[in-house]
Amino acid sequence: MAAAEARYRKKRLDRGIKARADTLYVICSYREILYLLLPRALPVIALLLLPLLLRGYWGKVLVYACVYGLLALSWDFLASCGLFSLGQSLFFGFGAYVAGILSYHLHLTPAITLPVATISGGLLSAVLLSPVVRLRGVYFAMVTLMLPMLLLKMIETTGLVGGCHGLSALAPFYNEWVAKYLALVALLVCLFGFRRIINEDYGLVLRAIKDDDRAVMSAAINIYWRRIQALFIAGAVGAFAGAFMTHHYQFVGMSAFALDYSILPVAAAALGGAGTFAGSALGTMILVPLSESLRALGGLRIALYCVILIGCVIALPEGIFHYMERKYHQFERLVKVG
Amino acid sequence: MDRMERAPILKVENLSKHFGGIMAVMDVNFELREGEFLGIIGPNGSGKTTLVNLITGFVRPDSGRVTFEGKNITGKMPYTIAGLGIARTFQMVRLFYNLPAYKNLIIPLSSPRVKKLRGGEYGERDDLAVDLLDDMGFERDSFVPYKLAGSLPHGYLKRLDLARAVALRPKLLILDELFSGMAMSEVASTLPLIEKFVEEGLTVIMIEHRLRELFRVVDRVFVLNFGQKIAEGTPHEVMASDDVKKAYLGSDVEAI
Repeated sequence: MAAAEARYRKKRLDRGIKARADTLYVICSYREILYLLLPRALPVIALLLLPLLLRGYWGKVLVYACVYGLLALSWDFLASCGLFSLGQSLFFGFGAYVAGILSYHLHLTPAITLPVATISGGLLSAVLLSPVVRLRGVYFAMVTLMLPMLLLKMIETTGLVGGCHGLSALAPFYNEWVAKYLALVALLVCLFGFRRIINEDYGLVLRAIKDDDRAVMSAAINIYWRRIQALFIAGAVGAFAGAFMTHHYQFVGMSAFALDYSILPVAAAALGGAGTFAGSALGTMILVPLSESLRALGGLRIALYCVILIGCVIALPEGIFHYMERKYHQFERLVKVG
Repeated sequence: MDRMERAPILKVENLSKHFGGIMAVMDVNFELREGEFLGIIGPNGSGKTTLVNLITGFVRPDSGRVTFEGKNITGKMPYTIAGLGIARTFQMVRLFYNLPAYKNLIIPLSSPRVKKLRGGEYGERDDLAVDLLDDMGFERDSFVPYKLAGSLPHGYLKRLDLARAVALRPKLLILDELFSGMAMSEVASTLPLIEKFVEEGLTVIMIEHRLRELFRVVDRVFVLNFGQKIAEGTPHEVMASDDVKKAYLGSDVEAI
């Protein structure tokens, strides 16, 4: 037996066909087309079918997962240009409150408040964080962690925009199907949009800023302006998520600036694999349902959740998506030796 | 040569910078005329790279003034200075190693300066990048321009860094020890490129330890030691200077 084994060894082939290769465009057969298409098409189809299968409580969980997914994508986008944010709830809260105020005081419908909140949330995030785009790494993270807390305390003490009670009885979505599919489509558009942007020349410059900002500066590119642009894009996506939740709950309160919205996206990106966007989306699709299904455990929920998270990060530090992608492009077979 | 009669493009006046108790650059003055090829030499730690960092805005001077084309650029941001047309290479090459070689040039080709010079449009940046690399000796029909920058040999990385600087279409090119770590044959193939740039009217400052190659090509040399200019002139004059011999060989040069 041992002798028979010795004459074979495992050979690993890294294949990998690229849809948009840098030099060659070769897609010859339906098998190769499927090879490229299936890993993209299957999750999309599965996601679009899920609302039909999941009713009631789990249908709501899917919506939460999409909202957290948007925040995780927004985090991943900022991380791709070297800005590590611990304050996704800042973007979320901006969007939530802009939509809430417009809806409460002006009685506008979601069709108007959502786009307005998205754009103005992005602008607010970019303007508010523009003085700190010169900070790198942990210093930027600290500022973003502080800002939502600061705004939270301001709302609590001044009683502005509803104070501790928040704004309630806001306009709901037309019906629950609109809400579900709006969240899903927004997630998918954002996912594929970000993947496209980051591979364009525009995104290349953003990624280069993360790798070596001095080299980018010596190429006559104002890295701070580029970072502000990235903050606007990420802020707008986060604000959309917040505005969506405002109308979904028909309520906006101080919880919009809660730490949950900052931490879970980071955890999801770490679990799924940062830098690919698909990893972040995958991470939230795992974490949010997991967190909900542990709810029955009561107080122990968070403890168990942390254990699972730590286990995943230690076992797969590169992230689930990176691992799956690598394995998908690898073919192993036994070859005869000698 | 009429290079000496042209207008000054760069003027450095009383430039000083200290790091803690060390004077890295002390009261340096020099002028550079358009189209001139200047060499800066000096022993290790004499402040050559700091001088480049001061001119290109990566380090703010304590005192002094840098004027480029009549504009005061002292203490301006590096990207502003690069946008005015001063491009540099780095002694330790700063490249994006996980990108294919030609994609490294997308960064300068995406700058507002290049866009403006190309008449308000970026053009096909991938093609422009491959063209540029072809000029630098990365043959377009080989695999070299498309390989990951991290997998290229050192000589190619240095030339890629040069291409990155040239992609900005600068008026002044500062080469910080471009030849360090390059093989003799690589130097021999890169030097004509730089001479060609100078013939085409580019102003070049070259910091170099390889004096033989440098002295063959430059119009003028100036020598730094402990942050101060100790000699200036044609390569021939500088080599004859006693101060320079002392700086390079130590103070006992007379005894030899």
